[in-house]
Amino acid sequence: MNREDFPILNNNIIYLDNGATTLKPKVVIDKMNVYYSSYSANAHRGDYKISLRVDNEYENTRDLVRKFIHASSKKEIVFTSGTTQSINMVVFGFFSNYLEANDEIILTKSEHASNVLPWFKIAKDNNYKIKYIELDDNYEVTIDNLKKVITPNTRVISLAGITNVIGDARPLREVISIAHDNNILVVVDGAQMVPHMKVDVKALDIDFLAFSAHKMCGPTGVGVLYGKEELLDKVIPQNFGGGMNESFDNLEEVYLKSLPTRLEAGTPNISGVIGFGAAIEYIQSKGINNIRKKELELGKYLYEELSKIRHITMVNKKPSSIISFNVDNIFAQDVAVYLDKYGICVRAGNHCAKIIKDEIGIKNTIRVSLYFYNTKEEIDKLVELLKDKNKILNEML
Amino acid sequence: MKCCDKMDSETKKEIIMEHYMHPLNRDTIEDSNYIKVNTNSETCIDNIDVYVLIKNDILEDIHFDGEACAISTSAASIMTKLLKGKSVREIRDLIKDYYDMIETGNTYDNLNEALVYSDIYKQQNRKGCATIPWRGIEKALNEYEKSK
Repeated sequence: MNREDFPILNNNIIYLDNGATTLKPKVVIDKMNVYYSSYSANAHRGDYKISLRVDNEYENTRDLVRKFIHASSKKEIVFTSGTTQSINMVVFGFFSNYLEANDEIILTKSEHASNVLPWFKIAKDNNYKIKYIELDDNYEVTIDNLKKVITPNTRVISLAGITNVIGDARPLREVISIAHDNNILVVVDGAQMVPHMKVDVKALDIDFLAFSAHKMCGPTGVGVLYGKEELLDKVIPQNFGGGMNESFDNLEEVYLKSLPTRLEAGTPNISGVIGFGAAIEYIQSKGINNIRKKELELGKYLYEELSKIRHITMVNKKPSSIISFNVDNIFAQDVAVYLDKYGICVRAGNHCAKIIKDEIGIKNTIRVSLYFYNTKEEIDKLVELLKDKNKILNEML
Repeated sequence: MKCCDKMDSETKKEIIMEHYMHPLNRDTIEDSNYIKVNTNSETCIDNIDVYVLIKNDILEDIHFDGEACAISTSAASIMTKLLKGKSVREIRDLIKDYYDMIETGNTYDNLNEALVYSDIYKQQNRKGCATIPWRGIEKALNEYEKSK
């Protein structure tokens, strides 16, 4: 599917690390190059033509994002540097004021570091409690287990829509519905979800959603924080400076702009945001549902093929577009180095989900994460190289 | 003994694999007379604990344990074999020579079996793995000297 759109694929690599970042199509690269070569002015500043063009393109991306996640208003879309900054912005700018001592924050043990450490920090500083939804035998979140950890002190649940270790999709609709019945807010880490499936923030009733452009064919250094307008309006800016103030004369008279610019101090990543717009259009042209269908088909095929290899132990207990596994008695990194010799890019490690080891009992795995431009032939090549354990042992050094 | 300076790459590989599959001195030591240090890397996932017993500036015993790749595990095993019984001063010199070999490919006879890593300088992504255990012993020596 559309491999010719990606210049990097001319290098004969097999790229299976899409959970880390995705490849960039030519339309995205070109879009950013045109900004730098033809109208590289600042945003929201000048009264001249090329600056207005910047504003138009920049705000056009905001509207593309709004439509892509089905938000009500452009005011609800804040550009950040990525999912990490988005989550930090909502944790430190909103929840550190919203929560009170002994309030409870619910997480899971398969969250990415970005959705754990900011919460740890405010919990430690302010005496909030962290609780975890117990994962079931498939390492998934169930509604029964969610209900078990909710107490009258629970104020927020923060979890990934799709996890980055085994790619399981969380039952967001039910989670959010139960949360809201109990006056609990929900933050969704959408880094692995928004690029891979249709997300309708209104239908799901998501309170805050964070995601990154680079995991959906866009440039690095750009992300989004979505928040319901009435909640986002209460986020205290973590950065003050140019672009976010209306006027200031002295300490008592500082007037800030309205949403969303109030939360975008300083010169933003303009080329990145504009490139992100091209990435969204590109993904829309392929169809997000088609993308999901294709990657799940590939994931099923990969799961079945790996299941046939005796010396491979998968963490996943069912197919998914992200599969983590180990070759028995060979360290994950050695397998990754071996595959790299054949131009295959996979991730070895803990995938930034350092507390999931409590659940799965292993720290490090090899992770294959697929996207729509991957092919069955690529999976065949991977599987062929993994089948022969002696070959791995002979060639991994 | 000069064992390894003229080895071909197949022999080096065999020695590395032997130490990876059957590492020497790989165990956890629960003895407060030992200095325990953890050593890991920001760029890879190796994570090793090194345990050393130093008396009167002589390394009397050394063990390691942890999760690590073939290069890192074998390097730790070979290191324990090479360093046991040596003086702190000798070990400091060996550390210096070893780091230089990993960076540049220069070889030093006194590194003995550790010379199997003389080609690692060509593999950017393996340099860290080969030095992790050695950074552990370096840390342990620093602790020992501080406590003197």
